[in-house]
Amino acid sequence: MATAAATQTKNKSVLWDWLTTVDHKKLAVLYLIAGTLFFVKAGVMAVLIRIQLMTAENDLISGQVFNELITMHGTIMLFLAATPLLFGFMNFAIPLQIGARDVALPFINALGFWIFFFGGLLLSMSWFFGGGADAGWTAYVPLSTREFTGSGMDFYALGLQVSGFGTLISGINFIVTIINMRAPGMTMMRMPLFCWTGLIMSILIVVAFTPLAAGLALLMLDRLFMGQFFIPDYGGNAILWAHIFWIFGHPEVYILIMPAFGIISEVVPAFSRKRLFGYSAMVFAVILIAFLSFMVWVHHMFTIGIGPITNSVFALATMTIAVPTGIKIFNWLFTMWGGKITFNTAMLCASSFVPTFVLGGITGVMLSMAPVDYLYHDTYFVVAHFHYVIIGGIVFGLIAGLHYWYPKMFGHMLNETLGKITFWLLYIGFHLTFFIQHILGLIGMQRRIYTYMSGQGLETMNMVSTIGSFVMSAAIILLVVNIVYSAFTSERITVRDPWDARTLEWSTPTPIPEYNFAQIPQVRSLDPWFYEKVHGDGKMKPSEPLKDIHMPNGSILPFLMALGLFIWGFGMVMINMDVPTVVTGIVIAVGFIMTFGTMVLHSKEDHGYYIPLERVKKIEKEVG
Amino acid sequence: MTKRKSVLRFLPLTAMLLFLAGCGEDRLTALDPYGPAAQWIYDNMILSLYVMALVVIAVFTLFFIAVVKFRRKPGDDEIPKQVEGSKALEVTWTVIPILLLIILAVPTVQGTYFFAEEPPSVGASGEGEEEDVQPEEIIIDVTAHQYWWQFDYPEGFTAGNEVYIPTGEKVWFNLTAGDVMHSFWVPALGGKLDNVPGIESMVWLQADEPGVYYGKCAELCGPSHALMEFKVVALEQDEYDEWVAAMQEEEVLPEENTIEADGRQVFENQGCIGCHAVEGQGGAQGPTLTNFADRERIAGVFEFNDETLESWIRNPEEMKQDNNMPSYESLSDEDMEALIAYLNSLSVEEKMN
Repeated sequence: MATAAATQTKNKSVLWDWLTTVDHKKLAVLYLIAGTLFFVKAGVMAVLIRIQLMTAENDLISGQVFNELITMHGTIMLFLAATPLLFGFMNFAIPLQIGARDVALPFINALGFWIFFFGGLLLSMSWFFGGGADAGWTAYVPLSTREFTGSGMDFYALGLQVSGFGTLISGINFIVTIINMRAPGMTMMRMPLFCWTGLIMSILIVVAFTPLAAGLALLMLDRLFMGQFFIPDYGGNAILWAHIFWIFGHPEVYILIMPAFGIISEVVPAFSRKRLFGYSAMVFAVILIAFLSFMVWVHHMFTIGIGPITNSVFALATMTIAVPTGIKIFNWLFTMWGGKITFNTAMLCASSFVPTFVLGGITGVMLSMAPVDYLYHDTYFVVAHFHYVIIGGIVFGLIAGLHYWYPKMFGHMLNETLGKITFWLLYIGFHLTFFIQHILGLIGMQRRIYTYMSGQGLETMNMVSTIGSFVMSAAIILLVVNIVYSAFTSERITVRDPWDARTLEWSTPTPIPEYNFAQIPQVRSLDPWFYEKVHGDGKMKPSEPLKDIHMPNGSILPFLMALGLFIWGFGMVMINMDVPTVVTGIVIAVGFIMTFGTMVLHSKEDHGYYIPLERVKKIEKEVG
Repeated sequence: MTKRKSVLRFLPLTAMLLFLAGCGEDRLTALDPYGPAAQWIYDNMILSLYVMALVVIAVFTLFFIAVVKFRRKPGDDEIPKQVEGSKALEVTWTVIPILLLIILAVPTVQGTYFFAEEPPSVGASGEGEEEDVQPEEIIIDVTAHQYWWQFDYPEGFTAGNEVYIPTGEKVWFNLTAGDVMHSFWVPALGGKLDNVPGIESMVWLQADEPGVYYGKCAELCGPSHALMEFKVVALEQDEYDEWVAAMQEEEVLPEENTIEADGRQVFENQGCIGCHAVEGQGGAQGPTLTNFADRERIAGVFEFNDETLESWIRNPEEMKQDNNMPSYESLSDEDMEALIAYLNSLSVEEKMN
């Protein structure tokens, strides 16, 4: 990609190139970097939380700071770490897997990234202005209203509003891409499962992030403009927020787990050398899970006192999700069954996902029994449950995906020995940290407490859990070391397909040219690359003659548009700060004008440019 | 219920849980239930564990066989048979989980209604009028505050942070909150229910044995959420009746020229009485102190002794961040001693004996 880009960016610095890029492969890298930074930040908070809980009546961290840590840990991990890391892989792999030169709307792709990034930055600014958000990631009212919490919650409302907007338009972009940009012959039922889960995730984003945006807008009105939606004293309703939040919040869980399911469904077949067992059942299960995820939100509110009829209905609806999830688990197992499995780091993570996720799944079914949930709710049992799903599912999926796609993205492998040590440390540390938390919940430790009294039998298990979290931290540090170490020592990869894998992204040369495919391939089967290796001549059949390639122009406008939203958001938060109204007004106006001004600038038509045929031939010769 | 429990007792999973129950603190852990509500929850948790154990055994067995048996040997380049799928298998792992879920669904719905049972008077007339309340039926109004609990009894008196109930009968708690959301949880006696400001919801608990049970706030309610504990004191019926009677007695002021009388004077002069009522006399911004000397804990969580009490009065913010009690740092040692003596004299249990 460097050669092709060279003509365009000859006189431009590397920094400018990355700020203006609309290339899905580069945006993928930006997503991964930003996601990793937020992941590390929230991970450090998690370790601080565990250190505080190591001993009874510890006063290292005050209740206020602890609440800020748990709130920011949860919010950042879900919105600013897991989502962008998954988006990174989706951005990289989905256009390649469906045989496209880029996403459908490259400008929107860049805009989505920068808006998400500046939204995250806005949320993080809270630390410098009176402390982080502190009402829990669920921000239950009335605790999250102005009367009880400081400006951290303003940053929460505005930061998530902005970053959620970025996530929303990226989701729309993926839907459009997957529906419109598939190569000839790539029917819906021949798409890799990662594309399917990406599509379903994006649809969930569009449907779930809109109520979140509405809810956050109401919360913002309550906090900044003395609105009365949620404040009981003025006739507002506290349960209303819980409904709005969980109508978003439950699908959000599936928004995150779906692409992880997809990664597992790519890695397991690739390293079992066998096609995915029950492909159509898998697709059906994914759609069913997504559909059901919208009718179970009340199971987060069983103890809010909503009545036996509602609780029963939502309990039964929740149980039904276990069925399609079980279908997926067994299909993964039977993909491995009868295969020839190679256990490298990617496969270790992907295969160990199965038993770990089952443990998270069965506690999920246990939680769905509403009257028994009266015990589990808001205890460490729930904390253990969702960490089993999120770490056991999403984090292991992400690490599997990282090791799997790394050679294609960066042109070299990650060190396998370090990778395997990372896996075992993470695996052992994870179970050590979280398994015991199930029991902690049952013997009376509630969630979100900054300390616990001595003499309540909670000391030993908390100590074990904290030790586990140190082991997990060691694993993550080792992963970062591995990335740096491999960058310097790993051999460059020049082959197309180092894993002997199955899907279209492995048919492209390494490094991938800017335009991905010189000729858009003709797809003849599910797992098209594997099909051509076995039934064809080991090359994709082209679906078009070699010709000039149309490419989109880079642009700085997405960056500026997002920066404008950041300034606007910060101005809105200033309403509650002790600054003159005029200053606040100016900041809001600057941000507003910046965002809408760049929109006006962008309304000028931009037809992109063509890479001439000779250049394409030259590049193909170089990389081929 | 008891029959099923006795059968299950011999099975290993139950044995493991009973072993784990040993880890937790007695009358706190939910693994050692003390009343029918907690017992129901415990039994059904065990039931779900057995059902889920089937799933775990099936998946783990398949997984470990696959992982051990189907490894690729070095140099083996043969491509395994590309299996598309199997309708029979798909149907199997769709139908069996559905059957397992039905086993769990039945008690789930039953239990939801079991716990939603309302006090007879409310159930009969819809809106329970004062006159309809049968004498033996106890409905305690629970108002949760940052970070203490207010218990209003049907007889008209109030208790703070420690709620007394009779053993062997259902006691209803009518929950609401004064500021933010809280959650009322007594793990050894039953499930939890949220205290939501502006909304009232009803939950019942029953203690089968007398004793002091731990209660906790389970919904994040601010910086001192962790310190918002309370106690449920279960008394035998006749002792409970005596306690209720003692709580309703007229206030007896300390005899003149005693240290307690001086303390009472401090209590009034410093304005303590503006927030803390004694025998119904005084404000209600803080927990009532009628039976303060009977308390297990100071401010719900701290060890009960004079030193803790003094440092609490001098600087409550230091001990319980963000709580609403002002500090009395400059109170003279003399006044402090008198105040503590007065507070220590506020016992209802003494009156009972």
